[in-house]
Order: sequence, then C-alpha cells, then structure tokens
Amino acid sequence: MRYSGFKVIKEALTGHRGWGPAWRDAEPKSNYDYVIIGGGGHGLATAYYLAKQYRQSRIAVVEKGWIGGGNVGRNTTIIRSNYLLDGNEPFYEFSLKLWEVLEQDLNYNAMVSQRGILNLIHSDAQRDAFVRRGNAMILNGADAELLSTEQILRRYPFLNVNNARFPIKGGLAQHRGGTVRHDAVAWGYARAADQHGVDIIQNCEVTGFRIEDGTCSGIETTRGFIGAKKIAACVAGSSSRLMTKAGMRLPIESHVLQAFVSEGLKPVLPGVITFGAGHFYCSQSDKGGLVFGGDIDGYNSYAQRGNLPVVEDVCEGGMAIFPVLGRVRLLRMWGGIMDMSMDGSPIIDRTHIDGLYFNGGWCYGGFKATPASGFAFAHLLATDTPHETATAYRFDRFARGCMIDEKGMGNQPNLH
Amino acid sequence: MMIDHPTLGPRDAAEFVYMGCASLINRPDWQAEDALQQFIDYGYQRDNPSGAHRELWFHEGGDRSWLVVTRDTVTHAITQVELARDVARREGRSK
Repeated sequence: MRYSGFKVIKEALTGHRGWGPAWRDAEPKSNYDYVIIGGGGHGLATAYYLAKQYRQSRIAVVEKGWIGGGNVGRNTTIIRSNYLLDGNEPFYEFSLKLWEVLEQDLNYNAMVSQRGILNLIHSDAQRDAFVRRGNAMILNGADAELLSTEQILRRYPFLNVNNARFPIKGGLAQHRGGTVRHDAVAWGYARAADQHGVDIIQNCEVTGFRIEDGTCSGIETTRGFIGAKKIAACVAGSSSRLMTKAGMRLPIESHVLQAFVSEGLKPVLPGVITFGAGHFYCSQSDKGGLVFGGDIDGYNSYAQRGNLPVVEDVCEGGMAIFPVLGRVRLLRMWGGIMDMSMDGSPIIDRTHIDGLYFNGGWCYGGFKATPASGFAFAHLLATDTPHETATAYRFDRFARGCMIDEKGMGNQPNLH
Repeated sequence: MMIDHPTLGPRDAAEFVYMGCASLINRPDWQAEDALQQFIDYGYQRDNPSGAHRELWFHEGGDRSWLVVTRDTVTHAITQVELARDVARREGRSK
C-alpha cells in the first residue's frame, strides 16, 4: 500500500478500515543470504538499502524485543553533519543528504525538519576552532555559517548572552541540520524493507554464533538456528554483549546517556541549540516538549537509567544560557546505552571471522548517522568493500594509529 | 551512587572520577616478545561486561586515592571497594 494524501482522505471517509499493518510479523526461515542482528534504525536501514540499493534478496532482520525499542527510540532526534575530520565529515554529510530525501524514498512521514542547529561560541579560542570546523564542513559540501551574537538574539531572544562564565560571543550554524521523528525512522525503514521482501523477525534473541574453522554459518536464537551466508551485527549499546558470544573483545565501553523532556509548551525554541561548554543542548518537539540532554554519566553501564548528579549538571547548564527553563517542569527522563568507542568514532567493518560483519561504536551520535550507516553497511555486505564515505571506520585503526578522534581525547571512552 | 570508601566511609560518587576497567593496573611487560600486541589490547580492547565489573575510581574531590570498585553494570549496585594500592600489591604490581 502506498501512502498519499488521496489515501488519507479515502480512509477518513470509509472509517479507516483499509490501512492494514505496515509490515509483516515474519516467522524465521531456516536459511537466508543475509541475517542482520538488531531491529533498530541502523539494522532496518541496512536491510532496506541492501534490498533496494544493492538488489540483494533473502534478507532477515532479527530483533530480541520489538523493532525500534532500543536507541532509535531513546535519543534526542537531532540530525546534523557538523564534524571536522576527514574520516567523519563526508560520511555524516552523506547521511544528511539521505535524510533530505528519506521521506520520499520511504513513502513515509518521518517529520524530517531542517530547523537548523546552532553551536554556541564563548571565547576567541572556541571561535577559531569553530571557524576551522565550519570551513572543513564547507570543503566537504556541507553548509555552515558563523553568526554574531546579534544574529543569534534575533532568532533566540531569550538566550542569556551575558553569563559571567560563558558569555555568548557568536555561534556556528548549520541551517540544514534539525530534528526527525525518531520512531518513524524505524517504522519507515521497517515498512519499506518489508515491501522489498525483508523478513522482520521480532522476539528472537541471538544466543550464539555457529562458527567453524573461522567461518560463521549462522546464529542460534531463542527461535531456533538460522543459517546465513553473511551475518551482520547492528546492536550498538549491546555490541560487547553480543560479540562476546563470537569470542570477540571490542574497542568499546557501554555508557549511559540521559535525556529529558519538559511538559508541552507553545512554540518557543525554533531550532536546535547546543551549549557544548556547559554540557547542554535543547530542541523543541512538535508536541511542544523541550527535549534536552548533556553528557554521559561517565561509568560503564547497561542500566538504561542514570544517576542524579548528571541531571543536576544538565539542568544547571540549561539554566545558565536559557533561564526561562526555570519555570518549566520536567515531564520525563530516560537513559540509553551508548557504545562508547576508544576514539569517539564508529566501526563499520568485517570481523576476523568470515561471514561475520560488525556495525557499532556510535557513541552518542548514532541517530543522525542512521541512513548513511545502513547504506554503508549494506555496501560492505553486498560488495565486501567499504563504502567510499566509510573507509576509515575499520577495526584495525587503533593498532595502526589511525584514530578518528574529533575531540582529541585519546583512548578514554567516557571523555568522547 | 554511594561508594563506601575503605578509609573515609560512604562518599557520593560525584566526588570521584571514573577511569575504566581495573585490569588497567596490569600494564604489560614492555620487554615481552609480543609487547606490541599486548599494549594494543591494553590500550584499546575492553571486556565491557554486563554484570559484575571491577573498575578504577579516583577520589578527586576527596583524599585523591585510587579505588578498585566492584559494581554491577546492570543494577549499579556496588559490592566491594578496595584501595587500588592494596590490589596492586596483592598482584605483585608494587611494593
């Protein structure tokens, strides 16, 4: 079924009886060409591009719970491509370009909203760094504009530009950045993948890998053995937990990142603002809630909930630049588990086990990467060569000394 | 989270800085045959378990001691706290 304005009117007039499920709840078959582990944004995108772009078939996505129940349902929905380094920026710009055509491509309303993202500047040194980053973005085909404090105040008159410690001295804007309805990304990819014949198998947890003579020939699951020529792990947040079953240790620590939503307000915040120096960023959802977050808690965790010191820290950051927040009540908060990698950048690569492929290490930047991650991982699976925008995301970059460390923090995952 | 410091008693985890897996105490022997591979593993590979995890915490806002804390990464429950110095001595890492 194709969604359209005409279809909406027709269904409205006929009692909404003709919609039907958006995807099949498939039963596992005994054998596939490709099995993708993880029915989140990245796994479903991988399946979709594998089927559509690379014209592969006999594809399954296995998910231990329900699709979209992991980090694609637990993020702050921001898209952007404001990176500095060569290994990253072309990839994230490719992702942003895919976001721009996503809804037409999937025939699904994912509420992609290019409302713009603004990184605030507080010092001369930070301005120099942001000018450099903006130039790197422009050189890679992205958009970037340096704004003065006056230009910022025109759009965000409520910002406290005279904070004693962090006065706002300008900002780096990416007008093509914005937000997307996160759940709709999972559902849109699921529906589109299903229409290309992909089996989406829910409530099917991987319990082990069948590996003989260095080759992986399938997965053991709670719903039986599923054989496959190529097995693709796409479970960021649980990567170490899964890959341990294949005997692998990863350059990853799992950390919890908290996020918050306020009660619904009338439109107040037209774009996304980030206050990196104070560990706070914020946007307003279409329902009216202010969606905001800050840093990871900083210790290994699989708990999907954090602790109060970070809540206090994030709210202090918010109050420093956005004082009207003080009148707003917090509605909900949650934690998501991040694959924090050793250099703050992801991995899309083959493993040393034939037939087993890995996608993970997204730190807290996985949501914006969803389309490009799926596209690049599908490229790797179909062709056994890395996609041109993802050539740097290799396992061996740590041993080779080719880290992609945007912040220059070194091998300390909780600092990225 | 509260960390029951062996000499100071229960302290708020916010006073501490987190370093990572306690195996970082065991720096590889630089003269070993496979020292390069050992250092790559030491620097970049982690077990990252869900469940009990022995990890290093630094009491930056306190007595500046290093602790080895055994904590469950699923429940955040802390079951054991030792001075890292004692652990290192027990493992023959320092005198």
